[in-house]
Amino acid sequence: MKRGHAARTAFRLAAAPLVWLLVLFAAPFAVVLKISFAEPVVGQPPYTRLIEIGSAGWRLLATGANYVLLATDALYVEAYLNSLRVAATATLVCLLIGYPMAYAIARAPERWRNPLLMLVVLPFWTSFLIRVYAWIGILSTNGILNNALIALGIIDDPLPMMNTNFAVYIGIVYSYLPFMVLPLYATLVRMDLTLLEAAADLGCRPWQAFRKVTLPLSWPGIAAGSLLVFIPSTGEFVIPDLLGGPDSLMIGKVLWTEFFGNRDWPVASALATVLLVVLVGPMLVLQAVERRQEQG
Amino acid sequence: MRRSRVPLAALAFGYAFLYTPIILLIVYSFNASRLVTVWAGFSPRWYGELAHNAQILDAAWLSLRVAAVSATLATLIGTLAALAIARSTRFPGRSVLLGLLAGPLVMPEVMLGLALLLLFVTLETTFGWPRRGAGTIVAAHATFSIAYVAVVVRAKLADMDRSLEEAAADLGAPPLAVFLRITMPLVAPALGAGWLLSFTLSLDDLVVASFVSGPGATTLPMVVYSSVRLGVSPQINALATILILTVALCVGTAAWLIGRRNQTVLH
Repeated sequence: MKRGHAARTAFRLAAAPLVWLLVLFAAPFAVVLKISFAEPVVGQPPYTRLIEIGSAGWRLLATGANYVLLATDALYVEAYLNSLRVAATATLVCLLIGYPMAYAIARAPERWRNPLLMLVVLPFWTSFLIRVYAWIGILSTNGILNNALIALGIIDDPLPMMNTNFAVYIGIVYSYLPFMVLPLYATLVRMDLTLLEAAADLGCRPWQAFRKVTLPLSWPGIAAGSLLVFIPSTGEFVIPDLLGGPDSLMIGKVLWTEFFGNRDWPVASALATVLLVVLVGPMLVLQAVERRQEQG
Repeated sequence: MRRSRVPLAALAFGYAFLYTPIILLIVYSFNASRLVTVWAGFSPRWYGELAHNAQILDAAWLSLRVAAVSATLATLIGTLAALAIARSTRFPGRSVLLGLLAGPLVMPEVMLGLALLLLFVTLETTFGWPRRGAGTIVAAHATFSIAYVAVVVRAKLADMDRSLEEAAADLGAPPLAVFLRITMPLVAPALGAGWLLSFTLSLDDLVVASFVSGPGATTLPMVVYSSVRLGVSPQINALATILILTVALCVGTAAWLIGRRNQTVLH
């Protein structure tokens, strides 16, 4: 009977969060789906109703035109593909920088681990917008980096770095690096180090031991970290907008422009719906990985 | 066993990469020149000009209020969610709740912002409520912060020694007394950390606030963004420096408090 009592208490505790999140997180996406089948009009609100009820009965006004537009207009297709490409590349770079960092922190003397981890997390606490902004001053044509390189005599003319895909990569890697390091650290620090000793005793060289023992054991961390970087950066708006150029087309920016620039709410809704469909797979994988880690 | 130098080099590179831009930003906020990237001597003039910029000060004040209210809401609701999940592995709605809590952590901001705005507009055209402004920003920020608070508090509850609660209950303490005198003091650091995290997330948010805001409600990131779009500005550097140092001070203090607390518990 005790378990039934705990479940009842838990349900009562959960009531308020459940209602809040159903109304303000689940319901909004239902509204997005609905409006993605509407047509834009000039007015308030700037979209048509899906069903018109008149004297002659009701008429269905819903249209799939927005989705046809997304599938046929090369701009949107290219924006989705480019977003996935940029996010995947940035995730890989994050992993290449973040893995050795997490490894070094996890193998540092125990009293050093928390301060070292703190130094990775601290930038995450300072404003995201300002951290992206900091790179404008560094990367622009007459910026700090170009000035320094010219002063050192390494280059004669400033390199075009601002408003390029390169700047977008820098921005994403810079902003999302802590999300990669934290889960990697969590798996690496829990690893049983006697396994490495066993491998060494059996004649494994350090590099072999890393490849055959450490790397396979850190898969959950690699998966979680990569997805935590990949999913939000696919829909990133601030970084491509402030650091990117005309060729760094990303879906978050296209959505923003459709909404704020063109005031086309239905197309913006269709863009968000398709993006959700694209990202729901990675999101489910992330949840599965995290649940497995919790139990394991 | 010889240890590889690769991780240490990566660590040094990583910290340099993370901190160089922030340090440069702080240094150049004291630059006398209006040309942000050309050094022309030390001067605090941009801090003086910032202190007279009414637009930035108003926006900062609004942002602080929105952040405080939304963080408080998120801490209340997120803690309830964490307690429910920790208390029982089987109650109706548990998996729905877990799914709803996982979403906001990774959902791209443009999607969350658009979705919440469309909900608010639908409600407004149907019921004439809510009017978009500071209130809708608070609701939106609380929504994504709940998930972060729940993560922090759940981690603390998982570490917690449940036998203390059981002992108190066995000694005849009523459930509410157990909660107030045992559970709450033990999870209090996590509540503080969750509140601070929510506060920072709210203070920092540009995208969601831009969607759900109404006329007259302009938060600090919105002002910063419209100014940054026009290029680098020395006043923004000064503002950024103030924000960075404030956050560093708060986080440092919080970490020190939690560290000291853990030590006193251990000894």
